[in-house]
Amino acid sequence: MYQILKKEVLNPTVTLMEIDAPMVARKAEPGQFIILRADEEGERIPLTIADYNREKGTVTIIYQIVGATTEALNHLEEGDSLHDFVGPLGRATETEGKKKVAVVGGGVGCAIAYPVVKKFHEQGAEVHAIVGFRNKDLVILEDEFRANSSKLFLMSDDGSCGEKGLVTDALKRLIDSGEKYDEVITIGPLIMMKFVSKLTKEYGIKTVASMNPVMVDGTGMCGGCRLSVGGKTKFACVDGPEFDAHEVDFDEAMERSTMYRPFERKAHEETCNLFHKEVR
Amino acid sequence: MDVLKKVPVREQDPEVRAHNFEEVCLGYNTEEAQLEAQRCLKCKNARCIEGCPVNIDIPGFIREIEKGDPSSAYKVLSNYSALPAVCGRVCPQESQCEERCIRGIKGEPVSIGKLERYAADWARENGVKPDMPSEKKGKKVAVIGSGPAGLTCAGDLAKLGYDVTIFEALHEPGGVLVYGIPEFRLPKESVVKSEIENVKALGVKIETNVVIGKSVTIDELMEEEGYEAVFIGSGAGLPKFMGIPGENANGVFSANEYLTRNNLMKAFDATYDTPIAAGQTVAVVGGGNVAMDAARTALRLGAKVYVVYRRSEEELPARTEEVHHAKEEGIIFKLLTNPTEILVDENGWVKGMKCEEMELLEPDASGRRRPVPKKDSEFELPVDTVIMSLGTSPNPLISSTTEGLDINKYNCIVADEETGKTTKEGVFAGGDAVIGAATVILAMGAGKKAAKAIDEYLNNKTEKSL
Ligand SMILES: Cc1cc2nc3c(=O)[nH]c(=O)nc-3n(C[C@H](O)[C@H](O)[C@H](O)COP(=O)(O)OP(=O)(O)OC[C@H]3O[C@@H](n4cnc5c(N)ncnc54)[C@H](O)[C@@H]3O)c2cc1C
Ligand SMILES: Cc1cc2nc3c(=O)[nH]c(=O)nc-3n(C[C@H](O)[C@H](O)[C@H](O)COP(=O)(O)OP(=O)(O)OC[C@H]3O[C@@H](n4cnc5c(N)ncnc54)[C@H](O)[C@@H]3O)c2cc1C
Ligand code: SF4
Ligand code: SF4
Ligand code: FES
Ligand SMILES: [Mg+2]
Repeated sequence: MYQILKKEVLNPTVTLMEIDAPMVARKAEPGQFIILRADEEGERIPLTIADYNREKGTVTIIYQIVGATTEALNHLEEGDSLHDFVGPLGRATETEGKKKVAVVGGGVGCAIAYPVVKKFHEQGAEVHAIVGFRNKDLVILEDEFRANSSKLFLMSDDGSCGEKGLVTDALKRLIDSGEKYDEVITIGPLIMMKFVSKLTKEYGIKTVASMNPVMVDGTGMCGGCRLSVGGKTKFACVDGPEFDAHEVDFDEAMERSTMYRPFERKAHEETCNLFHKEVR
Repeated sequence: MDVLKKVPVREQDPEVRAHNFEEVCLGYNTEEAQLEAQRCLKCKNARCIEGCPVNIDIPGFIREIEKGDPSSAYKVLSNYSALPAVCGRVCPQESQCEERCIRGIKGEPVSIGKLERYAADWARENGVKPDMPSEKKGKKVAVIGSGPAGLTCAGDLAKLGYDVTIFEALHEPGGVLVYGIPEFRLPKESVVKSEIENVKALGVKIETNVVIGKSVTIDELMEEEGYEAVFIGSGAGLPKFMGIPGENANGVFSANEYLTRNNLMKAFDATYDTPIAAGQTVAVVGGGNVAMDAARTALRLGAKVYVVYRRSEEELPARTEEVHHAKEEGIIFKLLTNPTEILVDENGWVKGMKCEEMELLEPDASGRRRPVPKKDSEFELPVDTVIMSLGTSPNPLISSTTEGLDINKYNCIVADEETGKTTKEGVFAGGDAVIGAATVILAMGAGKKAAKAIDEYLNNKTEKSL
């Protein structure tokens, strides 16, 4: 069992947990993820390793409550334990040899972007972090980004914090103003990554997208996480989760991400009912 | 009683079982088992034994059943096999032990599998356990994967006194026995779990949620954690796809995904959270055991099911018993049929499958009759779900992270057939990881041979260092 050592609410729908998982912490690298099961009947869901501490043997996860499993997870408290927690899975972000990068994150994708930003920063690269949120209540990790990047560009849809606009607006402006990036890394909603990718393709800047398809095992066994990349089928859990964004078929990925939607809605309602009853 | 015929085994009625996940075959009771045991001639030169990959003393255990001593029958079995209740259920007996049975020359062979199952089930229900190891060697061996190969190797090494730890990537031990083969053929709680408990009772530790090559590497296990030998039984879990248009549409699954959602994650049981998009009209592409399992699972989840296979009935690689059961349950076989494209609707969901009819040429040098498409035979099968069951290959996770471990062009680990020795010192391998997707009993046989070889290797190492 994997104990929850710390639980912190980052915003109304996003929570951070620090988990006791020494074996995962020992090997974890930015860009990798874990798969957890909250309880015996639970589904396996992937979450990115947001941070880790090798000495303490802990791994930090940051999740957005979007459905039944993340809802159930969020009802666990410090001191409770997760039934299963396996990793690190997937390939680590390739940071070597890159001197100047832009990391573009959106929403909870910023939780995934954060360790990547930090790693580049630690290696002495110049990192521009461009992070976008719908409004100021949803902002997460602002201080962490500020402390670990050369420049932070905070964007919001409604202008309630940072600058009003999309992350692609900021990125375009930076590129147009003459910033030369070795690479752009984009992490967030599929639609955002699609447009980031479209933009950088026009400028011919190498871009990596961190993909998040539906997964089951996370070891290459089920093929459920497959994507089309450069016309070839790839398994995101073992070949990724990061891929050359200009080669990814985002439209297909968007369709695939909705595959279980009818089931998920029902499950979410049931979970909410369950917890309502318990509360009363 | 007709001595030329097997004592018939009771089964759930096809109409009933098509709607539940309970075991199809109900097995022999004591009386039936004793009757069937009488049919065995207890041959001096028992040919059946040669047909069994782990050479079980078949007349030996059948004799005990006939005497009315299933406990002793189980003791005989457990000298050879760590998982008799599993093998009795899923071994392809018709091409192994039973194929060689003398009784089979004139009539039906002795029902060796069903008798094996009877003895193992009796032992479990009556709390008979395998004998405990006597001595301790004080040496650590790591086993990767908890499928039949790993469990067998671990069990045998524990019996020899080694301190054995199995590392398993998933949250539940058992390999294909838990994630692949469905409940209605191999009950998980009663049969698989308790056979695994027997292996644990020998002192074997099982650490789940450890992906070797990711969480820890083989080199680290040996250099930092004091494991003196390693056995790799990581199976062949990587699913193949056909490469035809539409294959990434919503509603197309590998058999592994479909079965894992249903078996390991228990999607059929509403108390579990994992969803399955079961489908209403399902095409399963392929003709092996895996295809039969996927088809019969989809049927139980409420679908109308086609099995689409490009050769004829004769070439179906699945066990005859499974094909027979599938037909009884109402699965429709579209033989000599090959898919060419999956048709997709405007929302990205499967709406049909384009197929062509095939014909078989004369056998070629390999003896197989090659299927070729018939001219202008294209037609459309109206389905909303497609399950690809085209076989699997070993996952490169381990081979790509282990220094000096060679693989062949099929990604199979190169290992000696008799000993499981790989190209890396102290590392042994067996089962599907070495020979590609095969059978439970072959994996067990490989685990057994490797355990023996590991014991010899470690004994020699100690002698040398003295
Ligand atoms: C490599 C990877 C890293 C991820 N990292 C994070 C992270 O750090 N923080 C975070 O909040 N989310 C992350 N996700 C997404 C997270 O896994 C899903 O939000 C979660 O599984 C939703 O489960 P649910 O039951 O609460 O919601 P549901 O209502 O069941 O699903 C909501 C949506 O989440 C996606 N989803 C559902 N089930 C799965 C599944 N088994 N695997 C993947 N996606 C699924 C689907 O697109 C679905 O429409 C990551 C996904 C991947 C693949
Ligand atoms: C659906 C289906 C039906 C079948 N039906 C039959 C049948 O009726 N009769 C029959 O004889 N055979 C059948 N087979 C084949 C049989 O199940 C396999 O040949 C047998 O299970 C192989 O055993 P194994 O121990 O080599 O590997 P597996 O059973 O595949 O076990 C390998 C284990 O290793 C784990 N693993 C993999 N990589 C790692 C890693 N890096 N770190 C840690 N753990 C890892 C896996 O999670 C898995 O648990 C069937 C197979 C399938 C898929
Ligand atoms: S293990 Fe399999 S092959 Fe051997 S006797 Fe039993 S059923 Fe037959
Ligand atoms: S060959 Fe047949 S009859 Fe002879 S011992 Fe084996 S099972 Fe019995
Ligand atoms: S999640 Fe199953 S293969 Fe990637
Ligand atoms: Mg869910």
